Amino acid sequence: MKILLPLFVVVALVVIAFAGAQANLQAFFGIVVPYAAVAVFILGFIVRALKWGSSPVPFRIPTTAGQMKSFAPWIKQNKIDNPSSRLGVFARMALEVLVFRSLFRNTKTELHDGPKLVYGSEKFLWLAGLAFHWSFLIIFVRHFRFFMQDVPFVIKIMESLDSFLQIGAPLLYLTDVVLVGAVTYLFLRRVVMPQIKFISLPADYFPLFLILGIALSGILMRYFTKVHIVGVKGLVMGLLSFSPVIPEGIGSIFYVHLFLVSVLLVYFPMSKLMHMGGVFLSPTRNMANNNREVRHINPWNYPVHVHTYEEYENDFREKMKKAGLPVEKE
Amino acid sequence: MKNAGTIVIVVVVGFVAFFGFPFYYNIGKANEAPKLKFDTPAILEWEKVNGKKECVEPKEFMRGEHMQLLNQWRDSVVRNGDRVYVNSQGRSFTMSFQNTCMNCHSNKKDFCDKCHNYLGVKPYCWGCHIAPKEKQS
Repeated sequence: MKILLPLFVVVALVVIAFAGAQANLQAFFGIVVPYAAVAVFILGFIVRALKWGSSPVPFRIPTTAGQMKSFAPWIKQNKIDNPSSRLGVFARMALEVLVFRSLFRNTKTELHDGPKLVYGSEKFLWLAGLAFHWSFLIIFVRHFRFFMQDVPFVIKIMESLDSFLQIGAPLLYLTDVVLVGAVTYLFLRRVVMPQIKFISLPADYFPLFLILGIALSGILMRYFTKVHIVGVKGLVMGLLSFSPVIPEGIGSIFYVHLFLVSVLLVYFPMSKLMHMGGVFLSPTRNMANNNREVRHINPWNYPVHVHTYEEYENDFREKMKKAGLPVEKE
Repeated sequence: MKNAGTIVIVVVVGFVAFFGFPFYYNIGKANEAPKLKFDTPAILEWEKVNGKKECVEPKEFMRGEHMQLLNQWRDSVVRNGDRVYVNSQGRSFTMSFQNTCMNCHSNKKDFCDKCHNYLGVKPYCWGCHIAPKEKQS
């Protein structure tokens, strides 16, 4: 049920969009829904970011994977894994965001005969995650050829690199293959591995199915059941210039693709997909470990009344003298 | 310490710069679909003889599938030496990009390039075939 429910939801979304396009509701699925989805996405993103921003930042967490900066000059600091400067934090963050460094350290735990607990390296999640995210980014940027009246040089270069094997016509994009393969792996991993299956929720399966649906509808449009692509660009350009038009004869599959993307945009700010913004706020990644150099005051500290020894002695000096205790001031 | 200020600035700047890019990039550019020209001498001659303008297959098919058709033609001619194409109406054509396709569509700049440039497509036809010399009308 945890798997079937999100699958049914995605199938239902496809059916809704397809039926809508067949029933001449192009204006709704081609104009109203995308505008609403982009608005929800932007506002939702800002609301989530504001909510995170208004929570107090904790004391710096030095759970890092390298030697901290030391006063002893012969102890070498690991400047990226345990940074004490902003530059080091930037490098660590960039490595985390661009190559998923912490996921690279992912381990697996197995119970062998003995009984013996064994830890091993587990790189496939990192590899599939990296393949998925990068091909998704390239596919997204590649779509800018539909978003710009004159296609910029960079986009053309990216497209020709992506299709450089020149397989078939239209040319096969490598990222299409990689994306579908990676998403399929990420899904199978949740089904095949019992521990991962146990902790997987509908909210884990739904984005996978949704993204797979987007990818497959796009692939269907490009390689198999063709759409009127000039009309598609006309529609997109109309949306972007705020003078929407619905060109004739685009084909229903395009509206399915657009609707699924709209659903993804709406779903984004209210789901785990917000890790796109949230990764930058990881406390163990975005703070320099300079606890010994800089005094950090806990943001939720309230003023504490302190009773110093001097005050204590002032209160009890006479009694202390009578009892024969030493005092600092006579 | 709270990060609200910094985060809001980063998010807003990021959104405007990245997601806003297609919006402001196109400001002042008309949303015009490419207009193809079907008025070459060969097409007009065909119209005079056959009573209508037509391609080897219907317009809708050609619009979506011309790249696949060209690929099939290439494979058929280059690999199998078969130059006869029988279309969906049962009529025969010679499979030849230069002598059949380009005979009518001799206006590459007003035909092929229009949509390809509009969508940023760069077909590799012209890696082997010689593009016709023509003036931009």
